[in-house]
Amino acid sequence: MTPRILAATTKRVLLQLRHDRRTIALLLVAPTAIMALLAWMFSSTPGVFDHWGALLLGIFPLIIMFLVTSVATLRERSGGTLERLLALPEGKLDFLLGYGIAFGLAATVQATVVGAVAFGLLGLDVEGPALAVVLVAVLVAVLGSSMGLLLSAFASTEFQAVQFMPALMIPQLMVCGLFGDRSTLPRALELLSNVLPLSYAVDAMHLLQSGATLNGAFWRDVAVVAAFIVGILTLGAATLRRRTP
Amino acid sequence: MTAAISVKDLRVVRGRREVLHGLTFDVARGAVTGLLGPSGGGKTTLMRALVGVQAKVTGTVDVLGRPAGSPELRRRIGYVTQAPAVYTDLTVRENLAYFAAVVGAPKDDVDRVLATVDLEAYAGDRVDRLSGGQRSRVGLATALLGEPELLVLDEPTVGLDPVLRRDLWARFHQLADQGTTLLVSSHVMDEATRCDRLLLVRDGELVADDTEAGLLAATGTADVEAAFLAIVEQPEWGIPTVGPEEPGP
Repeated sequence: MTPRILAATTKRVLLQLRHDRRTIALLLVAPTAIMALLAWMFSSTPGVFDHWGALLLGIFPLIIMFLVTSVATLRERSGGTLERLLALPEGKLDFLLGYGIAFGLAATVQATVVGAVAFGLLGLDVEGPALAVVLVAVLVAVLGSSMGLLLSAFASTEFQAVQFMPALMIPQLMVCGLFGDRSTLPRALELLSNVLPLSYAVDAMHLLQSGATLNGAFWRDVAVVAAFIVGILTLGAATLRRRTP
Repeated sequence: MTAAISVKDLRVVRGRREVLHGLTFDVARGAVTGLLGPSGGGKTTLMRALVGVQAKVTGTVDVLGRPAGSPELRRRIGYVTQAPAVYTDLTVRENLAYFAAVVGAPKDDVDRVLATVDLEAYAGDRVDRLSGGQRSRVGLATALLGEPELLVLDEPTVGLDPVLRRDLWARFHQLADQGTTLLVSSHVMDEATRCDRLLLVRDGELVADDTEAGLLAATGTADVEAAFLAIVEQPEWGIPTVGPEEPGP
């Protein structure tokens, strides 16, 4: 890894994003609109928006960043630019972390905007600090990015990459604890949810919703998600090949 | 001086098929060597093996005194793929600035290569708004960044207008005169005239390794197209036995 190349790669990914105004609008407007819709739907049922709004804020970036990153890196693989970079002094980590950092920054902006609207305008109320909710959202976004980077290796078209969303993400969303306590799941599914990273992000969000203090359990969940990110990026590095058939 | 590229018994397997069948040749430093032959003959695979991005390569492939694919070669070789590997959603200048940072080229190198490929007027344009010929020049410009010792160019002049093509070939020779080694592929036999030395590849075999004049003399033909046909149709000629010569000044 070379700091100069990592910085250049991060900047390049952000520049590509900046040129794509429609994607930027979607990144910011879509989750904000969904948040507003949620607030409106449950405006006469107290507590429901506080519960689902916080979870939406924390989990939504996973899906968006997964899709954006998997399509972007698939384009690099199929367009020849990845091969070109790997024939140059670009290291695999420069490439992976460049994407991770660039989309992490994009996710920070996204979570800040959506969070500001949700907490400021829509009256979202969470027991824990709002900043911690944003932190989880950013972490989840980077998790989504790293999964997209890894899975783009197994798709040969953008069509297939998008199909990974329902195939791999929805089951994870189902067992991660969004729809009730994970401990009430059948044992096999509970064990499965124990080895899926999103479960720990949702656990962290639940802790923020229930307790006001950032205790050890919260930071442990955060650390587990971070460890998953490192692990998934390492697997992603293994899928980057300098020599291809 | 040793050859820039020295290849012995190079074989490449793709899928279950062997696509290069034991090639042996040298490429002289500071010269423009043309890699000619029909599409599908193995030119691109050969170039990929030299750059070190081709899997399943056997034999000896030394480039600039190192085994092909060595990490220290990465900033010494400029490689242009047939389909330009540049970011179509960035401007020309943004592309060049990025690749300059990756190879560690100085900042003013971007303006130098823009002038070389005659794209200064398009520096601020997004690549996806450019024509095919302009895009391939962006690809070429990225390879010139950092003044690499060896340029491996896969069909760099396809689709270019004749004036620009002539100018680019002149530029290639200028670079060669300054000591850069160029290996340029083409499926257009006419371009043989522009090269100091020729490698003719067909069906994964090297069918000739000679200068244009030597090739025409050996086959008794008037142009490289006819020479190619003569060699293919009368294989007893085989590879002319002339060894690689030092390029003229």
